[in-house]
Amino acid sequence: METFLGIDYPTLWFLLVGGVFSGYAILDGFDLGAGAWHLFFRKELSRRIALNAVGPVWDGNEVWLVIGGGALFAGFPVVYATLFSAMYIPFMLFLLFLIFRAISIEFRSKEEMKWWRTMWDVSYSVSSIMLAFLLGIVLGNVLQGIAIGPGLEFQGHWLEFINPYAIMVGFTTLALFMMHGAIYLLMKTRGKLFVKLTNLLKRGIIFFVVAFGITTLFTLIYIPHLSDDFKSHPALFIIPLLAFLSIANIPRLASKKRFKLAFIFSSLTVAFLLILVAIELYPVLIMSTVDPMYDITVYNAASSQKSLSIMLIIAAIGAPLVLAYTIFVYKTFSGKVELDETSY
Amino acid sequence: MDVEILSRIQFAFTISFHYIYPPLSIGLGLIMVIMEGMYLRTGNKVYETMTRFWTKIFALTFGIGVATGIVMEFEFGTNWATYSRYVGDVFGSALAAEGIFAFALESGFLGILLFGWNRVSYRVHFISTLGVWLGSMFSAVWIVVANSWQQTPAGYHIVGEGLEARAEIIDFWAMVFNPSSVDRIMHVWLGALLAGAFLVLSVHAYYLLRNRHVEISKKAFKIALVVATVFSLGQLLTGHKSADGVAHNQPAKLAALEGHFDSLSVADMYILGWVDKEKQEVSGLKIPGGLTFLLHQNTMTPIRGLNAFPEDERPTALNAIFQFYHLMVAIGMFLILLTLYASYLWWRGKLFDKKWLLWIFVFAVFLPQIANQVGWFAAEMGRQPWVVYGLLKTSDALSKVVTANQVLFSLIMFALVYLLLFLLFIYLLNKKIKTGPSDTELIDKRARQKEMAGIFKKQ
Ligand code: HDD
Ligand code: HEM
Ligand code: HEM
Repeated sequence: METFLGIDYPTLWFLLVGGVFSGYAILDGFDLGAGAWHLFFRKELSRRIALNAVGPVWDGNEVWLVIGGGALFAGFPVVYATLFSAMYIPFMLFLLFLIFRAISIEFRSKEEMKWWRTMWDVSYSVSSIMLAFLLGIVLGNVLQGIAIGPGLEFQGHWLEFINPYAIMVGFTTLALFMMHGAIYLLMKTRGKLFVKLTNLLKRGIIFFVVAFGITTLFTLIYIPHLSDDFKSHPALFIIPLLAFLSIANIPRLASKKRFKLAFIFSSLTVAFLLILVAIELYPVLIMSTVDPMYDITVYNAASSQKSLSIMLIIAAIGAPLVLAYTIFVYKTFSGKVELDETSY
Repeated sequence: MDVEILSRIQFAFTISFHYIYPPLSIGLGLIMVIMEGMYLRTGNKVYETMTRFWTKIFALTFGIGVATGIVMEFEFGTNWATYSRYVGDVFGSALAAEGIFAFALESGFLGILLFGWNRVSYRVHFISTLGVWLGSMFSAVWIVVANSWQQTPAGYHIVGEGLEARAEIIDFWAMVFNPSSVDRIMHVWLGALLAGAFLVLSVHAYYLLRNRHVEISKKAFKIALVVATVFSLGQLLTGHKSADGVAHNQPAKLAALEGHFDSLSVADMYILGWVDKEKQEVSGLKIPGGLTFLLHQNTMTPIRGLNAFPEDERPTALNAIFQFYHLMVAIGMFLILLTLYASYLWWRGKLFDKKWLLWIFVFAVFLPQIANQVGWFAAEMGRQPWVVYGLLKTSDALSKVVTANQVLFSLIMFALVYLLLFLLFIYLLNKKIKTGPSDTELIDKRARQKEMAGIFKKQ
């Protein structure tokens, strides 16, 4: 098998797709999190400021989901097909909330009426919460394994996806994003809203630590195979260690009001947690709860060498471009939110 | 109803709805680039006002385009799992390229286009407008490449057999430049630019009739008229190229487009007609030997008709395909006449004298939209029963594990949500048009950039 830097192509693509999804979780994570807090802000002005903090960037963030989807489709068509068709209902709901979130942001400011704005505020916040939660549901089920049978087709019932473990991961994801989003908003606001957010962040951190703790315990007890890799390669313990350190760092930096740095650490937390997931999974992508024979692995799901190498070139050309204008846009809108006539 | 019918209805419905908005965004994008470019060159405030006005409408169409676009990407996996496994290796890369090259460009710069007026210089703002427009043009490229590969597969080989069979790529550029992609990209591009141009024409014609915003409207109308005239003519050329390609690559589709049944004979061309599938007849107004003439420039060469193909490899909805295709062509011809006549009046200096003409422009906004929709319907239904032409049948492409009830649920969900979206869109669009362009709200905070516009003015 061909390799690049000593890594075979399917593994490389596993890392790449994982990288794009981490980028998505870090970027869309903060705007979903900001949306989840939205109804906690009571004043019209606060809500406008919070909305405009994500206004110019949320669409660019969501493109990472589109790219991640494309990369998964191209790199591991089997996963794309099996997972998406198995989780038909959760994915359709996901689409529903994506649509409502996009239009809430766009439509809210178009009318002055109070009921109109409240309606879109609720829709924006509920869909942000549900999106984070559903992402967690999908992740939880992937971690746990699903009932894949012959032909690598799902053979269970979709209601199986709503199980205690998946729900726990759903809450953890939501909590993580809310913490991350609160820190982002703290960087973008001042005055009363800022003070309010400092309090909310404290609650967010507690919510996350509790949810994360329970999920970790649950994982160690009920899904022991996930920690196999760590038992056989103790050096890998560095990753959970780093994750814990960066989580511990967040309240410390927040109490010193160094929110930029705190934001970097909450981004790192997201990244470390996903690396953890990647280590736990690899080389299996989706475990079959029916028979290991039907596990979907990076090898039996990957596209051909040729296809993977073409996309490597596309990624090599595209990634610097995307990075360049992402940085440019964030630079343009850096600093505290200022409302003007073009704002939402 | 079974999963196949439901999934097809859902895909057709969601993508047709999506396809109301991207053409508007692409077309308005070009018009905004021209308007803002004029502003940079002349420094005339009128151009800034109109750019800002259209930016607001653009934000609306773009927003709904984004909200409805991700649906189709997911649907490949949720509803067409077998198809996704089959084609993932080949055109997954086209979709990934679309995300990384096109969407990232347009959505990145969108923030600056919409909210950056007071934050960046005029020049950077102009570059952002250009970036958003180019991004939307590229996204059309990649999605049409993927679809064209389905119409005329190239650059692949098949591995595995029976249910395990799937296409693997062997030549990327052969996949990208498959026999139909260039013609179809051009045709789709022009169709989108026309959709945008006619929206601008419609709104400003309405203002002129109502005697509002007259100065702005005259200028904007002329800009859009140039775009509309050039591309209406272009659309005839690219459409003809597409038809030529279809004759070569998908002869059964061509026969369906023109209602040509005889297995091998000189083919007529219909201006209007009605297809009777049972009797294998078309009744209507025809140019004898017309199709043969268009394709071969003589009146003798026979063309293969539907009967030359096995029964299960012919499209079934023959009359619908015929009507959709002919409606598109008729609209194309009408747009050419309309824009040429208006341009002629402009040349004679009488463009805005004829009220009835302006009224036609007010309503002509629907024509490119209809042509875009029926064009896709003709192209996609003419491809049936294949989902990948000659390789994979639509009935084999489904997700095996999805049940009819699940699809029914999502179909009803989309129907309700899209109805709501559409009503809101019409309501807000109407409101924006009623409010109209105005410069009272322009508080310019860019002292430094004002000087720059001055520099441009002097040149
Ligand atoms: C001719 C052009 C064209 C065609 C045929 C399609 N689209 Fe589209 N699409 C666009 C042109 C476009 C666009 C102009 O680029 C949009 C509209 C607004 C926007 O943000 O980009 C867009 C948005 C858009 C988005 C959201 C991107 C974002 O979040 O910014 C996705 C995921 C798709 N599309 C995917 C599809 C799929 C899977 C299609 C077919 C199966 C499809 N589009 C047909
Ligand atoms: C935006 C413009 C498009 C429109 C309006 C459109 C329209 C349609 C319609 C009407 C159908 C149903 C055909 C039938 O059931 O007889 C269909 C099916 C389909 N189209 Fe398209 N299409 C578009 C673009 C695309 C693109 C760009 C792709 C692929 C990248 C694509 C892939 C498919 C697939 C997979 C199906 C389902 C299988 C089938 O019924 O053929 N379409 N489309
Ligand atoms: C003027 C005469 C026209 C001719 C001869 C023509 C010809 C064609 C042909 C042959 C196809 C099928 C291509 C295929 O299946 O591969 C097609 C598709 C299409 N047409 Fe036209 N067309 C014309 C005008 C228009 C106009 C005015 C519009 C829109 C403003 C339009 C929009 C489309 C679209 C969106 C498609 C589907 C995408 C594609 O397959 O390229 N057409 N046209």
